[in-house]
Amino acid sequence: MLDTWILTILTFFPLLGVLVLLLIDRGRHDAIKAIAFIVSLLNAIFSLYIYFNFTSESSVMQFSVNKAWIESLGISYHLGIDGISLFLVLLTTFLTPLAILSSWSAITEKVKGYYISMLFLETGMIGVFVSLDLFLFYVFWEVMLIPMYFLIGIWGGPRRIYATVKFVLFTMTGSLLMLVAILVLYFMNHSFTGTYTFNLLEIIKLPIPLGAQFWLFFAFALAFAIKVPMFPFHTWLPDAHVEAPTAGSVILAGVLLKMGTYGFLRFCLPLFPNTFIDYGLLFSVLAIIGIIYGAIVCIRQEDVKSLVAFSSVSHLGFVMLGLFALNIQGMEGGILQMINHGISTGALFLIVGMIYERRHTRLIADFGGVSKKMPVFAAFFMIVTLSSIGLPGTNGFVGEFTILLGTFKSNVVYAVLGAVGIILAAIYMLWMYQRTMFGKITKPENENLKDLNLREKIVLIPLILAIFWIGIYPKPFFNKMEPSVKNLIENAQTKYEKNQLIEKGLTIDSQQIKLMKHME
Amino acid sequence: MNYVYFVPLFPLIGFLINGLLALARKSYSDGKHPLKSLVSWIGCTSVGLSFLASIAIFFELLALPAGERVVQKIAFPWILSGKFHIDVGFLLDPLSSVMILVVSGVGFFIHVYSTGYMAEDKGYARYFSYLNLFTFFMLMLVLSNNFLLLYVGWEGVGLCSYLLIGFWYEKKSAADAGKKAFIVNRIGDFGFALGVMLIFWTFGSLNFSHVFENAPHVLALGGGLVTAITLLLFLGAIGKSAQIPLYIWLPDAMEGPTPVSALIHAATMVTAGVYMVARCHALFLLAPVTMGVVAVIGAATAIYAASIGLVQNDIKRVLAYSTISQLGYMFLACGVGAFTAGIFHLMTHAFFKALLFLAAGSVMHALAGELNMQKMGGLKKYIPITFWCFLAGTLAISGIPLFSGFFSKDEILWKAFSSPHGHFLLWLIGVATAALTAFYMFRLFFMTFLGKSRMDPQVESHVHESPKSMTIPLMVLAVLSVIGGYSGIPHSLGGSNRFEGFLSSVFEHGHSETQAAAYHAVSTEYLLMIISIVVVVIGILVAHRFYIQNLNIPKRLAIKYKFPYRVLFNKYYVDELYAIANGIASVVKGLGVLIRKTQTGYLRNYALSLIFGAMLILVYYIFR
Repeated sequence: MLDTWILTILTFFPLLGVLVLLLIDRGRHDAIKAIAFIVSLLNAIFSLYIYFNFTSESSVMQFSVNKAWIESLGISYHLGIDGISLFLVLLTTFLTPLAILSSWSAITEKVKGYYISMLFLETGMIGVFVSLDLFLFYVFWEVMLIPMYFLIGIWGGPRRIYATVKFVLFTMTGSLLMLVAILVLYFMNHSFTGTYTFNLLEIIKLPIPLGAQFWLFFAFALAFAIKVPMFPFHTWLPDAHVEAPTAGSVILAGVLLKMGTYGFLRFCLPLFPNTFIDYGLLFSVLAIIGIIYGAIVCIRQEDVKSLVAFSSVSHLGFVMLGLFALNIQGMEGGILQMINHGISTGALFLIVGMIYERRHTRLIADFGGVSKKMPVFAAFFMIVTLSSIGLPGTNGFVGEFTILLGTFKSNVVYAVLGAVGIILAAIYMLWMYQRTMFGKITKPENENLKDLNLREKIVLIPLILAIFWIGIYPKPFFNKMEPSVKNLIENAQTKYEKNQLIEKGLTIDSQQIKLMKHME
Repeated sequence: MNYVYFVPLFPLIGFLINGLLALARKSYSDGKHPLKSLVSWIGCTSVGLSFLASIAIFFELLALPAGERVVQKIAFPWILSGKFHIDVGFLLDPLSSVMILVVSGVGFFIHVYSTGYMAEDKGYARYFSYLNLFTFFMLMLVLSNNFLLLYVGWEGVGLCSYLLIGFWYEKKSAADAGKKAFIVNRIGDFGFALGVMLIFWTFGSLNFSHVFENAPHVLALGGGLVTAITLLLFLGAIGKSAQIPLYIWLPDAMEGPTPVSALIHAATMVTAGVYMVARCHALFLLAPVTMGVVAVIGAATAIYAASIGLVQNDIKRVLAYSTISQLGYMFLACGVGAFTAGIFHLMTHAFFKALLFLAAGSVMHALAGELNMQKMGGLKKYIPITFWCFLAGTLAISGIPLFSGFFSKDEILWKAFSSPHGHFLLWLIGVATAALTAFYMFRLFFMTFLGKSRMDPQVESHVHESPKSMTIPLMVLAVLSVIGGYSGIPHSLGGSNRFEGFLSSVFEHGHSETQAAAYHAVSTEYLLMIISIVVVVIGILVAHRFYIQNLNIPKRLAIKYKFPYRVLFNKYYVDELYAIANGIASVVKGLGVLIRKTQTGYLRNYALSLIFGAMLILVYYIFR
């Protein structure tokens, strides 16, 4: 019973929180904060249900619900998760309360609107990960933009308007093309099968001709590549990050970017396997450029936050490299690295936010010797830095090594180039750490820095624990995602070959395809 | 054998408790605070317990028949992705049991010594937490039953080395040295990681026993694949064990506290590369090209670093170059297939080099941190215990008969000459290095302890022997430096070489190959032994003449042979060479600036470059 309801609850419970917040007087800041935090915390607790009741052995969609929504158009309320989306949902439900808690003292103006946006955002994000209906997916995908737009545009830094406009323009450009592609698929499905539906699981079965695959793939891929962001579509990211409030950056890096990589897995690969595989080279090369370019740019950053932002370009490059390796290790490593990046980079943004709140600057040159005044902060920062550079024993290592292992199988040169990125990561992260935390205190302002308070520790400790958990015992993660990943790769490969046969063979009319579909 | 879990577990627990204690108080520089005693107690006891567990394991292993001394214990599965299956598992065999004894044993005495040496430091608890963490990772490294877990220990000890070199992080040079060590090591690890991946896709497993058992069937002798695998692994060893050309981080690593230099940068971590090559001997023996590379790099590093050591005046730097040189010996041994000799030297070196560093620390302690040998001299009467212990270490490293270094070094020299992988030139370089070693070590010894005092009068008035917590570990290590070699007295000297016998089940393959050397007459072995003793004695006598009898000779020589002297004194200008390489790196950085300039923030520029990029991609797909 709960199985069919749980995804709906997870998606819309934060919206319930929004309704409650709307009823509260805007001046009662403490009540607003408390309610927002409790709602998101409860949602995190609820989400444990899907973790513990997820069947590891299965590759089918679980906890699924499929109800007609707008029947005449073939739009349904179709939710479900598999081993790929499970962890992204969990990542969202766990990062949101931490992000909310971290905003406690940072946000002092328009408090009510801020927390409403945060909860609204959570609904949008979870909706994206659980939707199995293309229309529904698109709705969530776009809805999510609205709170993000406000978060950066209202509570952002000095250049927030510029950053917001750029963020929205980039994202909208991509998603408009995706909308067109979704509609094409919708009509294509009708012409093949005679029914109108947006149901992803139905549309996946279509043998889309290679020519159409090409255009449709790139329409989707552009939207996702911007979101990831892949080189050369990454330019909106540093601006958005630098201007966004801390919690905005945490959610943006932690969850929003993963929608791009998730999209490649959930839509591009199963729908258009031929283009995905044939043009893998292009994406692998872009991923490698992203890894190395992102890292080199990081070395020269003067602002800690933009350094972390550019490091995301590098880290997400690893994820893409893994996905396009098209084998189990590459893909599982890629999925795990999505989670890892959410945890580590999320933590890094929180850390940057904590120091910013104290000093109102993020320039590396303004710090130095901080670890003497803030030893606990320094310890946390060190652990997160090590996780970010993939030290064994932390989550980053498990993800990166598995990705590179998979990549090594598919192309040795890519693996070697990717591994160069790991050396560069050590250079820029340790150098930044050294300049901010080590050395003598040179600025008098840093003499009176206070170490972390209890709330800040509570925000960081869960992330630190997650870093070690995944680093030392990642088995549950691999176990739960393995059937889905295997299934995804096998299906894509059989479909790839089938489509090629169809392309080579004589004309195959829709009747025969119906027949083939029956045989499945 | 179930205690094996405790061996790394105790130091890990020690780290966690001491780590929390370090965060609990800002400063531990005050005298006898109860928490401070707790830190010392936990720091030492945790390693001591793991030493006891290692002893128990050693005797249990000894009780087993020689052929069955391989035990695997799986703690829990770690990574499972498709057929990529890695356990957190331990491998106990004679090799790993020797290693855990050395690591926890020498480690324990260095922990005890540190309670005295670091007593005044604010970061006392932080220091012990790092030292415990290091011990944990080092034990994981040598106990692992697969390549990936070894890599965990491998990078973990690198992390601790980074943290401990930069322990006094307010000093820029210390923080810089730590970063340099980490990054140079990462370059080596880059090769190591690729080697591990290649092994996985070749064997479908990373488990040592699986890989080594199947290696002869899967890999062709001298084939390109096994050569690539071993060269990549060896790149990791070059970084970790500071061989040419990646040795540059080790001299700088002396920025860390002296006990750290003793434990990490002499006795244990830097020998990890030697351990790894020995552990993978089944692969290396299949790749004669790599064996040659290992032997040549080892020999070259040995003499190169020794030659730099001849003229340095910083007591810790001399010892650092000496460590690099001795590690070269160990690789020379591995390269000629004498893995037992390599591990034997690893063990004796751990004793005498830890001793030398700790004794040097005791000298620094006596002289308020002075490192320059030009400002020492005549210390014998002030710090007699340190003097005698240092003498024991010096005799051992110089290879004076009956001291531990003699047996292990002579074994290496003999194998370099007689092994089918060996060569006369390798032996010759080894002997020449022995002469240089004797010279620079006795130079150090004479300049520090004998002759007239060159100390500042102010310093001289405060010279004092170190507390018991420091001198007792010194004495223990001095005893080990003297007798540590008796476990491996060669057959030719009427010994039974029990060390080799114990390790033979591990190195069976390598052993049988070196047995082929048996046709060399015993008289040849005696002759070579005598030659090496003679050159060592000459080295000592020259040092005596230069630094005791006629102090003007070295000065005159330095003036007369100005060019070679400057070259050696400036360490062959390699740091400057790397600075040029850094220049190239800053060009890359400049590129970064350029790239950043392209991030102009103007939408039209982005749009333009977007279109441009899209066109390029299109062109590629049209014309490919």
